[in-house]
Amino acid sequence: MSAADLPGRVPARGHPPQAGRGGAGEAARGRTDLRRAILLGAAPFLAVALSLAVGAIFILAIGEHPIAIYALMLRESLGTGYGIGQTLFKATPLVFTGLAVALGFRAGLFNIGVEGQLYLGGLAAALAGIALAGLPAPVLLPLALLAAAAAGCVWGAVPGALKARFGAHEVINTIMLNFIAFALASFLGRFVFEPATVRTAAVGAGATLPRLDVVLPALRGSPVNFSLAIALLAALGTGVLLFGTRLGYELRAVGLNAPAAEFGGIAIGRTQVVAMALSGALAGLGGVNFVLGYKHYFELGFSAGAGFLGIAVALLGRNHPAGIVVAALFFGALSYGGLVINQRVPKELVEVLQALVILLAISAQVVTERLVRRMR
Amino acid sequence: MRSTTLGTPAVSLRHITRSFGPVLANDDVSLDLAPGEIHGLVGENGAGKSTLMRILYGLIRPDQGVIEIAGRPARIQRPADAMRLGLGMVHQHFMLVGPLTVAENVTLGREPRGFLGATTPARAARAVAALAGRYGLPVDPAARVENLSVGAQQRVEIVKALYHGARVLILDEPTAVLTPQEVDDLFRVLRELQAQGTTIVLITHKLAEVTALAQRVTVMRTGRVVSGGPITEFPVERMAELMVGRPIPPLRERAPRAPGRALLTVIDLEARDDRGLPAVRGVSFEAREGEVVGIAGVEGNGQHELVECLAGLRPARAGRVLVRDADATTLDARGRFAAGLAHIPSDRLRRGLVPDMTLAENLVLGRQRDPSVGRGPLLPRRELDARAARVLTEYDVRPPEPERLARQMSGGNQQKLIAARELTRGAAVILAAHPTRGVDLGAIAFLHQRLLRERDAGRAVLLVSSELSEILALADRIFVMYEGRLVHETTPTATNERTLGLFMTGRAAAGAPRPALGHPPQAGQGAPSTGRAERPEAPA
Repeated sequence: MSAADLPGRVPARGHPPQAGRGGAGEAARGRTDLRRAILLGAAPFLAVALSLAVGAIFILAIGEHPIAIYALMLRESLGTGYGIGQTLFKATPLVFTGLAVALGFRAGLFNIGVEGQLYLGGLAAALAGIALAGLPAPVLLPLALLAAAAAGCVWGAVPGALKARFGAHEVINTIMLNFIAFALASFLGRFVFEPATVRTAAVGAGATLPRLDVVLPALRGSPVNFSLAIALLAALGTGVLLFGTRLGYELRAVGLNAPAAEFGGIAIGRTQVVAMALSGALAGLGGVNFVLGYKHYFELGFSAGAGFLGIAVALLGRNHPAGIVVAALFFGALSYGGLVINQRVPKELVEVLQALVILLAISAQVVTERLVRRMR
Repeated sequence: MRSTTLGTPAVSLRHITRSFGPVLANDDVSLDLAPGEIHGLVGENGAGKSTLMRILYGLIRPDQGVIEIAGRPARIQRPADAMRLGLGMVHQHFMLVGPLTVAENVTLGREPRGFLGATTPARAARAVAALAGRYGLPVDPAARVENLSVGAQQRVEIVKALYHGARVLILDEPTAVLTPQEVDDLFRVLRELQAQGTTIVLITHKLAEVTALAQRVTVMRTGRVVSGGPITEFPVERMAELMVGRPIPPLRERAPRAPGRALLTVIDLEARDDRGLPAVRGVSFEAREGEVVGIAGVEGNGQHELVECLAGLRPARAGRVLVRDADATTLDARGRFAAGLAHIPSDRLRRGLVPDMTLAENLVLGRQRDPSVGRGPLLPRRELDARAARVLTEYDVRPPEPERLARQMSGGNQQKLIAARELTRGAAVILAAHPTRGVDLGAIAFLHQRLLRERDAGRAVLLVSSELSEILALADRIFVMYEGRLVHETTPTATNERTLGLFMTGRAAAGAPRPALGHPPQAGQGAPSTGRAERPEAPA
């Protein structure tokens, strides 16, 4: 499987594709353009609606009322300040991992190693925050963030380099590096974990990211923190990188048509290494939400699948930063909503819903693209 | 002389309509084929002629309309129905199984059966040989198809159609891949088939072939039949105008122009193909200021590798490439752009464009790192769009909308887009590989004018093409490339398609410097020559 097989290869700049040939019928073409744009834009929402419908069947099978359950999820995850804060907290790492996966996709690479990159990013942030605890916040915090990004960056660049140098497939290598990342953290834990626990000591006060309820009291009690601001900045930065810079241009050209990129004098291997390194750095930053913003320490297993869910976020968000932010919010609401309905339906329901969204998002994309092509 | 009104048509297509989305590929098309005629079906790419024939052959269903075969309504839902009704089609891309023999390919699906239904290769071979002999089609039933030349494979396709009982034969662009000699052979075969009663539809955009072969012609444009009738009423110019829908500007007279100094110098260049086999085997030539150097040849004789090697997309195994006297042999693609090279690649969708990027973005390809484009790490989108809008208008890319995706353009407009990018590089040397392949007549005329304008502006143009008419019309000097070597040098006035064809197939060696081993290298025509047709390897 390669990135090329996956949907989400949206047109450049995420603009809606435009219709037919030029000439007569400017108005007619405008209409067709609009219809296509609506169709393409509606596909992810259609997928979500369909997956909720199918999920309703499962809820019925358990003997609960689907609308009641969905209403409860909605109320708890988006109806209160606390719920919104929880949803935003869950969404924050997904923005990072979604961006990481999307950046890879854009360059024609499938980075499945986001989970391990995020994991090591969190560990590096914790270690930096502990080792340099005495430093003042304006120095320590950037260093801790940098450590997170650097760890992910290295962990992403390695499979990138293996691909560029030896043609080794990045899917295999990123999966393998996930295992190494988990094992490495456990091994290092023997030296850095608190006695009889699976977590490190707390980072220095200067390394922590404050909670958002400091400035937005409505979110009181929820763990959402300034990592969210960093995530949104990362989304903005990724958008500018992809669509406004020379590097982003080269990266997209490699992903869309490597022989043409080569024609244009773009070093394909080098661009792929850079893309994987940047992708890993974004993933690594995703680790700070928990480590610097919530618990203030690294704990075994803290990533909890946020990296893998990033693949779904990128798919649903069509590899576009704006879409990824929206998709991350959706998956964030879903995973917090899953916790609150846990007393009435098994929490596996949420995993089923997530899986359904992924399946249907892929099919919806294929179907709408086929429709759009026929509108030519 | 066959009359158009004589008797029941062999095939009658009535009011065929077929749309793909909002595009009417066939709009109320009616067409009669008289028994035993050769019927030319002409039109530009996208005019709907292939769609019509694919409907007839059961590959596409029409939205409306009826088909009659020999006066009886026919339901053709799949190619098997068409075959049963005596229709045969020779596709542009052959449908043959390479590792199987000719006889096996021909009889595939209807093998002669022997005891207990076992296949009988000997009987199949005899049947194929007999059939081929009857129509004067030289094929060897025992030969493996993958070892045959393109022309021979095409004969196998024809024999296959006849074996399956074709009385109406549809040929889709049959001469696109043939050498002039093979075209002659094909025409001979088609006339023989006609003499024995086969009805033939010839889909083509080469109008001279229609004039040479057909009794009647139908001209299609944008899904409709615009005209048709006896070929005697349709001189080539009239067909061309009907196809395009407007008069075609004649190619500008080329001012004789004394070439200046060499801008591109190639010395003993060697390169391998993708399988690692020698493809360019010691090529030397020069292209000078203000001249078009044409390289003719049957595809697959190293032209592709030569161009890629010159463009920096394929490493040279030996030899040197000089651009404006500076050694460019080790430069990559971007380095060669900077050194003064532009490149219109042969495969526009694979090499030439990023189809899912906008026109403006495609116009930047190769310049994305230039300081002239924006400042620092940013690409100034608005500025690029504005610049693109100007260039697109200048190069007649329609519609000239910078934000449109390249994928949505027609082939001709894609090619004009590439030309716009490459010819605005301000390069001294322009490599143009098959610059007009698969594009419509209007775009061909435009691209030819542009290439000549570059020549007149003092650039060196290297034109690689398998269309000899294109080479003869544009080039100041012509080389023929055969099996990785330049085997012949000439000028358009001193040669013709026939002579070039002989060199292209390696059947002529006389009159050209084709040195045997040990002979000293010979110059082209008198001294001092600017282009050496071939240099023996390692003369030391």
